[in-house]
Amino acid sequence: MDIFIEAEKIFHIGPFAVTNTYLTSVLVVIIISVGAYLFSRRISETPGRLQHGVEMLLEFLFDFFEKVFGDKERTRKFFPFVCTFFLFILLSNWFGIFPGVGTIGLYEEHNGRTILVPFLRSVNSDINMTLALAVISVLATNIIGIAMIGFFKYASRYINFHGPINFFVGILELISEVAKIISFSFRLFGNIFAGEVLLIVMAFLLPFIVPLPFLAMELFVGFVQALVFSMLTVVFLKTATEHVQH
Amino acid sequence: MEGEVLKSFAAAATIAIGAFGPALAIGMLASKAMEAIGRNPEAAPKIQPAMILAIAFAEAIAIYALVVALIIKFV
Repeated sequence: MDIFIEAEKIFHIGPFAVTNTYLTSVLVVIIISVGAYLFSRRISETPGRLQHGVEMLLEFLFDFFEKVFGDKERTRKFFPFVCTFFLFILLSNWFGIFPGVGTIGLYEEHNGRTILVPFLRSVNSDINMTLALAVISVLATNIIGIAMIGFFKYASRYINFHGPINFFVGILELISEVAKIISFSFRLFGNIFAGEVLLIVMAFLLPFIVPLPFLAMELFVGFVQALVFSMLTVVFLKTATEHVQH
Repeated sequence: MEGEVLKSFAAAATIAIGAFGPALAIGMLASKAMEAIGRNPEAAPKIQPAMILAIAFAEAIAIYALVVALIIKFV
């Protein structure tokens, strides 16, 4: 059983090492873009079943985020941003369970052992990917907060000289931003990587029928993690764009 | 004990003990939410998202323990 936390490198483009998770993420992005483009050309007033399904999903997400945001205006403004997170993470998680991902590859020698290096691997099982998503989410939240409220009003959340307690609360807020990045990335990474390890171990122990409930659980976990990531982004966007009350 | 044995033992103990707190936390959260929904079923759409959010935060702690266990075992 070969289980590695680091993603295996497939080839190099100059100094840049292309890992199998990077390949998979590029593939997922291509699937989403091409799918979205082809779908957008077929939109009609009387929806067919596919359009109906997509509309159902987007309406569900919109209502869900609206419940958290409170008002429709902000939901409408930030919906494309947050929904992109949701769709990308959902599709990368589900693509990772796809047959062939993680199993089709080449045998190579590493440190004297022959291990299987798969061509494709679940995208969020690489901490680099989840860290990138977390940094994008937290950074974008802060920048959107600055853009919507104004720089000094937003900075007063972190650097506040109105009293000693507020000063320390400001410093704690700053530390909490870093903690958000860590918690976002580790939550997604831990869930997906642990799921991958679980599937490998189950397939190693008993490859027939028994992995089925675990695959179903992975489907569910992939969906829940995408939902939780986007919902937490929505919550932090809400607190960042809230007008400061004194 | 040798290094490898100690490593495996440490990894197992990390996740075993580390999952204890979050499991309690999630159980308490869900039970309070169920109680609240039972008292006032109309408030369910307001309670549910908050419950899911809180459970996600609690589960993240268990995931930290899991990641430390994985690092001990595989790195």
